[in-house]
Amino acid sequence: MAMTIDIISWVLLSLGGAFVFIGGLGALRMPNLYSRIHAASLTDTMGAVLIIGGIMLQAGATLATIKLAAILLFLLVTSPTASNALASAAILSGLHPDEGKVEQWTRPK
Amino acid sequence: MIILFGVFLLTLMVITALAIVRSESLFSAVILTAIFSLLMAANFFLLDAADVALTEAAIGAGISTVLFLGALALTGEHESGKSKNRLLALGVVTVTTLIVIYATFDKPRLGDPEAPVHQHVGAWYLEKTPELIDIPNSVTAVLGSFRGYDTLGEVFVVFTAGIGVLFLLSARPIARPKNAAPAAEPGQGLRHYLVPRIVGRLLIPFIFLFGLYVQFHGDYGPGGGFQAGAIIASAVILYALLEGEAQALRAVPMSVLKWLVAGGALLYGAVGVAGMLMGGNFLDYSVLASDPITGQHIGIILIELGVGITVTGVLLCVFHAFAARGKL
Repeated sequence: MAMTIDIISWVLLSLGGAFVFIGGLGALRMPNLYSRIHAASLTDTMGAVLIIGGIMLQAGATLATIKLAAILLFLLVTSPTASNALASAAILSGLHPDEGKVEQWTRPK
Repeated sequence: MIILFGVFLLTLMVITALAIVRSESLFSAVILTAIFSLLMAANFFLLDAADVALTEAAIGAGISTVLFLGALALTGEHESGKSKNRLLALGVVTVTTLIVIYATFDKPRLGDPEAPVHQHVGAWYLEKTPELIDIPNSVTAVLGSFRGYDTLGEVFVVFTAGIGVLFLLSARPIARPKNAAPAAEPGQGLRHYLVPRIVGRLLIPFIFLFGLYVQFHGDYGPGGGFQAGAIIASAVILYALLEGEAQALRAVPMSVLKWLVAGGALLYGAVGVAGMLMGGNFLDYSVLASDPITGQHIGIILIELGVGITVTGVLLCVFHAFAARGKL
């Protein structure tokens, strides 16, 4: 039983790590601001859920799990809000989603 | 393993510090400073200093970023030219670095039990906390009771700094600097951002609750007045950002804030004087109740409350002073 929980927990943690990595890669490599926000928001939704889920399984039925659940709930509410605020701030400041092609958002060689 | 994490975090911090120095946009420098503080907080946590980590995260990464951004709204967004004395700067930095590296040769190994810091009064504090004060978090015992004078001094430093900032910022500028960015529509807050507003409103009560928890749970776990003050102030600042500053000033008016700034420091001092009147020394809480340990508990709760009130008041005053300055 403990073995199964460990395996599930490690699978969750590794998947979470992979999502964070993909999110970070996307934030670096995507062509414009909006697709970068899209990639980065992967980190704090999927990444956070999987990693905190994995840690919750490690913690077992303790007070720590309840605290982690509270943190998870907080992150699930705030992170998408932050992404939304960032994107709408960009829209309001006049950055059109079609603008900002590759050459504008990559460093000049 | 912990060493590995520590080295990783410290490397990230060096990279962040270099990025702060290199960055010419002041806005990204401020955000990088927040990241630096967050890494520092994680580092403190690795070293088992949960109280300091909480303070660093709440004040370094949270409130001071907001204050920096408030200051940035008054000035330009870009660094104004390179300084000419680059050789001099390079020389100063090199000499300082060499001195610091030389100083680390005498530093004891991490976690060395023979280190002077573990040989001095620290050991005595840890040994006597269960007997004399009887609270689980010995950091609060040291901060509030054993070193009550130092904490009183800290509160007065916060108090004085707040008053100083208010004096500086309430003076009218002679002429508006030319490169100042025009302030965003004053008093509107984030009214046109629907999602952040609704989520923010939803979160504010919970942030308050968490602040109160940190305030009154300081005896049992990481926390205390400084952290709680920063958290409660950030809840009010969030309200000001969402609903506009005028609305926040209507909820917590400036007159109340000024009373908070002075009242917290006064409460702290009054607890000390009360100890004197009841026959003990200044800031000796043992005489506050018939049982010395209960007296210590009462004293620590009261002075932590004083710390929290002053910190909240000062942070909010400084925030409002910056915000009001933008309208001049």
